[in-house]
Amino acid sequence: MIEVRGLCFAYDDVEVLHNIDLRISDGEFVAVMGENGAGKTTLIKHFNGLLKPSRGEVLIDGVSTRESTVANLSRVVGLVFQNPDHQLFSETVFEEVAFSLRNLGYPEETVRRRVRFILETLDLGGYAEESPLMLSGGERKRVALASVLVSEPKHIILDEPTIGQDYQQKERLRNFIVQMNSQGRTVVIVTHDVEFVVDCKPRVVLLSRGSILADGPYDSILSDRILVEKASLIPPQISILMSSLAGLGFNPKIIDLYQARSALEKRLCEYVSEHV
Amino acid sequence: MIEAHNLSFTYAGSKRPAILDVNLGVDKGEFVVLTGPSGCGKTTFARCLNGLIPNFYQGELSGSITIMGTDISGHTTSELSRKVGFVFQNPENQLFSLSIERDVAFGPENLGLPKEETRRRVDWAMEITGISELREAAPYELSGGQQQRAAIAAVLAMKPEIMVLDEPTSFLDPLSASQILEAVADLREEANMTIVLIEHRLDLASKYASRIVVMDQGRVVLDGPPAKVYGEEAKLIGVGIPKISMLFNLLRQDGFDMGETPVSVEEATERLRSYLKDDRG
Repeated sequence: MIEVRGLCFAYDDVEVLHNIDLRISDGEFVAVMGENGAGKTTLIKHFNGLLKPSRGEVLIDGVSTRESTVANLSRVVGLVFQNPDHQLFSETVFEEVAFSLRNLGYPEETVRRRVRFILETLDLGGYAEESPLMLSGGERKRVALASVLVSEPKHIILDEPTIGQDYQQKERLRNFIVQMNSQGRTVVIVTHDVEFVVDCKPRVVLLSRGSILADGPYDSILSDRILVEKASLIPPQISILMSSLAGLGFNPKIIDLYQARSALEKRLCEYVSEHV
Repeated sequence: MIEAHNLSFTYAGSKRPAILDVNLGVDKGEFVVLTGPSGCGKTTFARCLNGLIPNFYQGELSGSITIMGTDISGHTTSELSRKVGFVFQNPENQLFSLSIERDVAFGPENLGLPKEETRRRVDWAMEITGISELREAAPYELSGGQQQRAAIAAVLAMKPEIMVLDEPTSFLDPLSASQILEAVADLREEANMTIVLIEHRLDLASKYASRIVVMDQGRVVLDGPPAKVYGEEAKLIGVGIPKISMLFNLLRQDGFDMGETPVSVEEATERLRSYLKDDRG
């Protein structure tokens, strides 16, 4: 359980998070969304103790982050940064990903097996012996992901995981996230990628200017045009389409591609039968 | 503006060519979106446009590429940079001064422009990218999105004839991203600038594009106006076309063909409205 109580945080004198209350239960899948500078990254840096609240507190599995260390928290909270270059330092991709497992004292045999598995899963199998620095931005990002996910932390926090990823890689990533989540792991992603969120179907926490603007199921939040625009997002394409067609009797809350397809086909069938 | 003939490049130490027999001509004022799966060669192609290949990245180059009539071989990146402005994926690589204003002024000053003209361009570039208030800020004080705006402003201030942007909006929230793309589209309109945008996220960029070029495994596999390219579903494996285009492709597969694949929500809405309103009339 990740519990945030009355969290305020200031860099120097500027308060960037105001009185945040948030409970994320074990096994939940949450997307934190909001404009550039809303405080999303600042919030998640509290989850593994990298930042400590100026006021209020953050509890991970019941323990305040003030009473723990980043090293200890990192065993249960795996945080992947937005910029992979902040966390890559080994000579090869394999060494990079193996680092945390070796640190945790796993036997070499297990280390090899798990590293191989995660590299294959994230489509990095061919790069095991390459230097992370030789890879493309998207690939380095996946190496950073692999190096955190390989130790299977209980809570997984990903800052903008889809940046620089093509459609296929995003689908792969989504499948993997869903798989980790269905094993009971908590997944928190920070993202701007509205269409990715629609495909993932998580709970959405909308953050704006350091405060929580809304919190609820992805479809009710992302189809609320006013809320979405307040947070500098753009509603999902299907949602914009269906709400513009509301005058023709379509449900403006439809947000999913396949639901839109059935609703439209139903109507188009009626049209065809009336005109034959 | 850009003419590539049988262009191939293999990075030193690599066995496989990164691009292979690329033939591509881009005319003045086009807005080309270059897309395709990771590793398809789009960034490599872009590196040929400003001479980073072959000047900076070593390897084997064959075929030819000319930028506004100038062959890239034998010209330095700094010579080419007067013609081609380049915005990278990661803005941190592009900003190095102590204030954003200094960063934006660096290019025009380097071109030897008079002070007054430099000032005008800096104001204009910061205005159009929405960072006028950040003049005095240092790059490290800005969010990723603000940094990317600053990087774009720094390139704009040089007023190059061709602007190449490598996933410039990936760090931006969608509203800021669409503002940037709109600003880029305006530049094309107002200054008749030629735009080459490398992008995975096609939902926002498509409505501005005059042409979509899809690469796969080093080759150009599709090339045409967005509506035509997005309709070629079979060849688009791994390309994230806009959801709205996907929807119309699905409907077509199911027997409801409503003409060309729309590339924006506005277009799709119009199409469906006119189609279904007949229904009532």
